[in-house]
Amino acid sequence: MAASSLCHGHLLLFLLVAVASACLGTAAAHQAGSGEGYTIAGRVKIDGASAKGFGLPAKTSNTKVILNGGQRVTFARPDGYFAFHNVPAGTHLIEVSSIGYFFSPVRVDISARNPGYIQAALTETRRVLNELVLEPLKEEQYYEVREPFSVMSLLKSPMGLMVGFMVLMVFVMPKLMENIDPEEMKQAQEQMRNNPVSFSGLLSRAQG
Amino acid sequence: MAAPARRSLLVLLAGLLVFASLATLATAIYEDQVGLADWHQKYIGKVKQAVYHSQKSGRRRVVVLTEENVISSLDLRSGDIFWRHVIDKNDPLDQLSLSHGKYVLTLSSGGTILRAWNLPDGQMIWETNLRTSAASNPQLHVMSNNKVAKDNLVLVSAGRWIYAVSSIDGAISWEKEFSIDGLEIKGILQSPENDVVYALGLAGSSKLALYHLSAKTGEILKDIQESLPGGLCGETVLGSDNVLVALDKARSSLLLIEFKAERISYNKVHVSDLVQDLSGSFKLQSLSNGIISLQTSSSISLLKLKGTVGLEVIQKFDQPAAVSDSLSITEKDEAFAVVQHLGSEIEFIVKFTSDLSSENIREKVNIDQNRGNVEKVFLNSYIRTDKSHGFRALVVMEDHSLLLIQQGEVVWSREDGLASIVDVTTSELPVEKDGVSVADVEHNLFEWLKGHMLKLKGTLMLANADEVAAIQALRLKSSEKNKMTRDHNGFRKLLVVLTKAGKVMALHTGDGRVIWSNLLSSLRASRFGGMPSALRIYQWQVPHHSVMRENPSVLVVGKSGAESSTPGVFSILDSYSGEELNSMKLDHSVVQIIPLTLKDSSEQRLHLIVDSNSNAHLYPKSPDALNVFLHEMSNLYFYSVDIQANVIKGYSLQKSCGLNLGDEYCFSTKELWSIIFPSDSERIAISETRKMNEVVHTQAKIIGDHDVMYKYLSKNLVFVATLSPKAAGDIGSALPEEASVVAYLIDAVTGRILHRVTHHGAQGPVHAVLSENWVVYHYFNLRAHRFEMAVIEIYDQSRADNKDVMKLILGKHNLSAPITSYARPEVAVKSQSFFFTHSVKAMAVTQTAKGITSKQLLIGTIGDQVLALDKRYLDPRRSVNPTQQEKEEGIIPLTDSLPIIPQSFVTHSHQVEALRGIVSIPAKLESTTLVFTYGVDLFYTQLAPSRTYDSLTDEFSYALLLITIAVLVGAIIATWIWSEKKELRDKWR
Repeated sequence: MAASSLCHGHLLLFLLVAVASACLGTAAAHQAGSGEGYTIAGRVKIDGASAKGFGLPAKTSNTKVILNGGQRVTFARPDGYFAFHNVPAGTHLIEVSSIGYFFSPVRVDISARNPGYIQAALTETRRVLNELVLEPLKEEQYYEVREPFSVMSLLKSPMGLMVGFMVLMVFVMPKLMENIDPEEMKQAQEQMRNNPVSFSGLLSRAQG
Repeated sequence: MAAPARRSLLVLLAGLLVFASLATLATAIYEDQVGLADWHQKYIGKVKQAVYHSQKSGRRRVVVLTEENVISSLDLRSGDIFWRHVIDKNDPLDQLSLSHGKYVLTLSSGGTILRAWNLPDGQMIWETNLRTSAASNPQLHVMSNNKVAKDNLVLVSAGRWIYAVSSIDGAISWEKEFSIDGLEIKGILQSPENDVVYALGLAGSSKLALYHLSAKTGEILKDIQESLPGGLCGETVLGSDNVLVALDKARSSLLLIEFKAERISYNKVHVSDLVQDLSGSFKLQSLSNGIISLQTSSSISLLKLKGTVGLEVIQKFDQPAAVSDSLSITEKDEAFAVVQHLGSEIEFIVKFTSDLSSENIREKVNIDQNRGNVEKVFLNSYIRTDKSHGFRALVVMEDHSLLLIQQGEVVWSREDGLASIVDVTTSELPVEKDGVSVADVEHNLFEWLKGHMLKLKGTLMLANADEVAAIQALRLKSSEKNKMTRDHNGFRKLLVVLTKAGKVMALHTGDGRVIWSNLLSSLRASRFGGMPSALRIYQWQVPHHSVMRENPSVLVVGKSGAESSTPGVFSILDSYSGEELNSMKLDHSVVQIIPLTLKDSSEQRLHLIVDSNSNAHLYPKSPDALNVFLHEMSNLYFYSVDIQANVIKGYSLQKSCGLNLGDEYCFSTKELWSIIFPSDSERIAISETRKMNEVVHTQAKIIGDHDVMYKYLSKNLVFVATLSPKAAGDIGSALPEEASVVAYLIDAVTGRILHRVTHHGAQGPVHAVLSENWVVYHYFNLRAHRFEMAVIEIYDQSRADNKDVMKLILGKHNLSAPITSYARPEVAVKSQSFFFTHSVKAMAVTQTAKGITSKQLLIGTIGDQVLALDKRYLDPRRSVNPTQQEKEEGIIPLTDSLPIIPQSFVTHSHQVEALRGIVSIPAKLESTTLVFTYGVDLFYTQLAPSRTYDSLTDEFSYALLLITIAVLVGAIIATWIWSEKKELRDKWR
């Protein structure tokens, strides 16, 4: 199955085309349709285990399957199956709406010339579903996750930085000053007195 | 010189702002912030059918079907929703029934889709598609106690088809198509032995057919046909087990049609013998045991069948009233309820069909006058502790609200009128009279600090579960946001909504509670036909300085009938109390309403109402308003889009209209220009213009290389999209070669087409939003088979050479030259298109007070969520490899599709079912905008597209700030003491 190549396999969509009046079968049988149109049948499978810790129960009861941007809307059954009946030949679009999950729309081509021959492809990734299996793209996390408390985050906050700088100035600067040779210090002070450095001067020097 | 300098400073500031917000493309909330600034309300709409679940134990529930196409299970004790499904508008629900006591069956789309839902949790169990002829009134009949088949069969009839479906798995057990053309099955009955099904149908207006079918196989056992003279109008009801009561074509007499095993016989009764008032429409409703109710526009009569000989009137209710269906109490007896109005009260009467002269219950219930008349009653019984029968009823009122009455009291009520909002406006709250004294604040200082300590613990993740709960409670309780006064930031407002029922309601933005409501009498259905419809709601008077003392008011415009030529209705309401200040019936129709930017001396906004004769009427009708208007009239232009005729026309106004010269508030219009689209190749799909209240901060846009581009900002810019005829259908119906979307930018004063672009292989539906100098529109790309969003930005080239500083200094620029709409503008257009994953239901753009904050598009997706997408993603200047300068400017590298970041769904984990509209209202605080989304549900939130750069967020930890200050002060003192000591030591040395 193509699903083996997917990283999160919550959804499997089997598409099958059958005669309009034919009842739903699980086998991916392709039968010729006549007159009235075709049936697009598939399956939405949301893996319950992967939806944990999310606050949103993984239920198919609120999963809607939408054909052609709202032309027809159906609901997924408990086992995830859904079907659209009497769909004319042509190129159609199926969207799945389920809160908490991101589904790629699926392009479904029903051939008029070879009745029963259909093709499905994800429009987002352009992956052709030759086995008629649809890839789930991802779960959707609607909330920002709070970072757990850490000393680093506290220190990184503006106030933490302020305190840190203060502490540095208080405790480290005197030590640094002590290490400087008193002679050099005096020399520097002399220099400072002789040609006072203006702020603008400093700026221009920095730019230059 | 000063002005440009200041402008450039502002531009610089705006640029800085954009830069500052670069890092934060997605603004999201934390899970514990849900409900702080947002609220979500769930509704179902006006109930049209209700079925009680008669379960002995467990939660009592009622399943309802509504006019908003919602099926829902409600808690009978509280009115809360257990589960709910909003079915698409293309799939209208017709019938509702319960089967096995655990499945809810719904029949929709004219009898073609039968679904079963699990009663406890609302999960769909099965769905069956039935093939029927186009039927108007499908029937659903659940067979009871069927001994023939193992499971209960559900009979569905639509047109001349009848199906028997197993209620366990939805498999079709048998199907039958009757051979008579135009047959419509009106009723299905079961024989007492349950092995024969009687199907009664009408073909055309006069032919009656009765079939006996085998319940097991659907085989026709017997078939009786009879022609009726005079014909029927289609209104029929089963009076008793074997009598059909039908209204004849002339609507003057009732036919009592008896069908026995072998033959059909009938008898005619004149309605005028029973009821005097014959105006308006009739409605027949069957109670059981040969009792039917006849509803005319002014009264309800209870009629009893005397065999087939005739009918007699048992009781008549002259007040507006409603009758419930009958409910079986014992083996033989059935009960029904009548609710009628008595002044400010309603009277709830329960009668038994076996003894019509007496009443089991007669209770008076007080009801809010703003709910209007009772429209529907659904009776339910319960067993009292003394084993007698008690009754309660669900009552649907004229304003679409749902009430449960029991023992003379309203147990709960639901404001389901809010599920069908037509239009929204806002109103400011009153100014706080006396400021809160400082003492109050100081008194609560300890509490305040304690609260902040708790919050600090929360942010540091040190709080235990109890404390987390306390924090949440503290946040939600904060009465600040629910106050009835204006606040400094402009977050507290009233959302004034107009519902389909003609009720105006004001919701507080703090928690969404209803402050006042008023069912407008002018928009209520009259007794003599004519369904008024509410159209729009506008701000009528927004008092400022001179008339500060007056309350603001809103204007509601409606129509008194369905046709476009029916006269309009006009009413003005006080925004603080909901009181109707003025109401009038207009003597002209309402085709277009144009709110003007002009105001009269009492700050009433001027509105033009264009009627079907293309005359414009000015409101308010005061000499003062007329003066203001006449002064500006020569500069006023308007346009109309006629989708039927496929034409856009521009008009100017002329004094005095042709019809009545005496009316000086009426103006005739002169057609200035028209754009006629060829109907065989282009059809108008949508037209969009800028929001009237939109504020644009600056015309200039500084691009990366310090160049300036001038936005083409015209209030008269109109976006029109046309579709090729094939492209107007659904997605699967057109080939890329025959579908195209054409986008136009039109100047509404001159009718000049500023820009035109064709998207080949594209099709509708098109959604668009126009703001500042850009338009974003959404359509379907058939070649890529994906949805696409395109952006067009329009720039003013005539100002492009103002970049020269010398020119600015010497005053040789044309920045201050007056702009005229008549001139041919030199415009440059940039455009780009991107793929977008979802279908779109609605689109809007954020509005802020000064227009400085960057914009976000609010996109209502097919999943009924609202996505906030930064406008920078829809920048036509995006390129694959932006230069360093462009990166600094904030240009995002080009991608072929627009990102959908889950955190930027403003509705987070909520869904606004059947989303219809998104409104963005600027707050006083520049960074923040208020977003109100409506559909069947309501959702409100505050949004800061560039984060709240101008105020501290709720997240800001004051306690941490205080601690920091304390630590710093402590450090200063410590170091001071230390240095003093050190100095002393040095001196001693």
